[in-house]
Amino acid sequence: MSKYVLLRHRDIPNIKDLKVYQDQDGFKAFKKAVTSLDQGEVTEIVKASGLRGRGGAGFPTGLKWSFMDQDNWPHYVVANADESEPGTFKDREIIEENPLQFLEGVAIGSYAVGAQLAYIYLRGEFWQLAEFLDGKINELEKAGLLGENLFGTEYSLKIHTHLGAGAYICGEETALLESLEGKRGQPRLRPPFPPSFGLYGKPTVVNNVETFTNIPLIMENGAEWYRDLGTEDSAGVKVFSLSGRVKKPGNYELPFGSTYRELIFEHGGGILNDAQIKAIMPAGASSAILRASDKVLDTPLEYASIRKLGSDLGSGSVIVIDETISMDWVIKKTIDFFKHESCGKCTPCREGNYWMSYLTRKIHSGEKTEEQIQLLYDVASNIQGKCLCALGEFSVMGVLTSIDRFPEDFGREPIGSDKG
Amino acid sequence: MNDLLSKYPEEIKTILAKYPSEQKRSAVMPLLFLAQRKEGYIREQALSEISQILDIQETEVATLVGFYTLFHDGKTGIYHIQVCTDLCCALRGSEDFLTGLCEALEIKPGETSQDGMVTVEEVKCLAACDKAPMFQVQGKDGISYHENCNVDNTLEMIQEWRESGAAEQEETK
Repeated sequence: MSKYVLLRHRDIPNIKDLKVYQDQDGFKAFKKAVTSLDQGEVTEIVKASGLRGRGGAGFPTGLKWSFMDQDNWPHYVVANADESEPGTFKDREIIEENPLQFLEGVAIGSYAVGAQLAYIYLRGEFWQLAEFLDGKINELEKAGLLGENLFGTEYSLKIHTHLGAGAYICGEETALLESLEGKRGQPRLRPPFPPSFGLYGKPTVVNNVETFTNIPLIMENGAEWYRDLGTEDSAGVKVFSLSGRVKKPGNYELPFGSTYRELIFEHGGGILNDAQIKAIMPAGASSAILRASDKVLDTPLEYASIRKLGSDLGSGSVIVIDETISMDWVIKKTIDFFKHESCGKCTPCREGNYWMSYLTRKIHSGEKTEEQIQLLYDVASNIQGKCLCALGEFSVMGVLTSIDRFPEDFGREPIGSDKG
Repeated sequence: MNDLLSKYPEEIKTILAKYPSEQKRSAVMPLLFLAQRKEGYIREQALSEISQILDIQETEVATLVGFYTLFHDGKTGIYHIQVCTDLCCALRGSEDFLTGLCEALEIKPGETSQDGMVTVEEVKCLAACDKAPMFQVQGKDGISYHENCNVDNTLEMIQEWRESGAAEQEETK
């Protein structure tokens, strides 16, 4: 058996081929679900597994599925493959190398909520990946694993890919649905949430690629098996995308409860040029940035413990900053990104990011006056809590935590001990 | 006369079949990709052709061209190089790579080389942070990723495009 749950291609060569995947019991779980389990039973197993959404929000997956409005049909399933957050590159590897496990997960999820039509929304840049997936879907249809009256039952399922065209905001689930409907990708006011009002106004489950890829093995090995892989707080395993100033950047699948020290120094080979580690961004460009200390490095990677440190585990996109980098440059870069990607719908995010961009550039170019820094801090604080979606909220995290936790990089008095 | 429809009847049928028949509007982005496939940008005429195919307003098509960065409404180089200079890539030298590449091509970011072969621009995260410097190329054959790049091997690739472009021109003569 593979030592991996998600990145199984790393020890099972060619698992992307249907024959190999089926030799590894591929599509048995889907068949078992369709032929012998009630739709509700599948959701119950996923609920019991403790699986939480891997796109960043960490919402319990089974619970989301159980929210689907049973009085409004048809139901839809949408897989979110719009991976666009600086620091995140896990879904691409999963789709490229272990596509059938992902597709089986989408199929099981669709069965669980009674959807007969599912879409995979990929960022437009994943053009080659979409063609590749189309080929795999075609193969599954020919093999009778997708399509009409599956396994001799009443249940039918079609899966289609749909390409975005370059907009980070489309990773936000309601913006994604707008985009899939052929509109500009701008978030909707919520509630209602997609399980009651989703694609074309119908109940819709939207889950991340990694989330779906967990499902086949949970169905095969049971909820308890999955829970036992992780910790009490965070069940199972997670793919961490490690990037920045490390020797061996890449994706690492680790059980929850591992530490940053293991991730960065054992798997990632340590810091480039053996410099000192300075900061960790646990969740890509949206991170509340942590000052690297022994306490932080040895904290178990779990949703709750990272929150206690004053950040979020998010999608597990760990960006490492070393001593050669100044935080005023880091936030100039993150704000460049958010300013460009703000969809323009709500004022605090649209205008706020414009001003934060103006100020972070000014500060980075040398105008580190107390007045400018305080103004930046005030603008960021005024954006916080007032945006239509998470993008605006994310944009201020790096700014506020950099100024709070790395005051010396902004010409302020250094703090005595690590607030970490 | 609908040029798009007469040029790509089969492709359009396949695209429309993906969506419920009463939700044709969902096909607007795939059709925009189709419209810019050959020339690398979307002509104004295509906007009205798409709006006819989908029974929506022309402005509802046009608004997407401005919103999404992969749609272009003006002529660019035959190959459109987009270099990611976001945080993670910048931590691994992508800003120097972009500067070096542009200097070698004697252009500024956003400009097209004199022979009209390549446009180079900066772009936001492409989900390849562990393999920077990296860029994507939008060209005749869709979009491809190029990772762990340096200026020399990128210039070699551009030289190959130039040579194969010249060869193609020879053939059509």
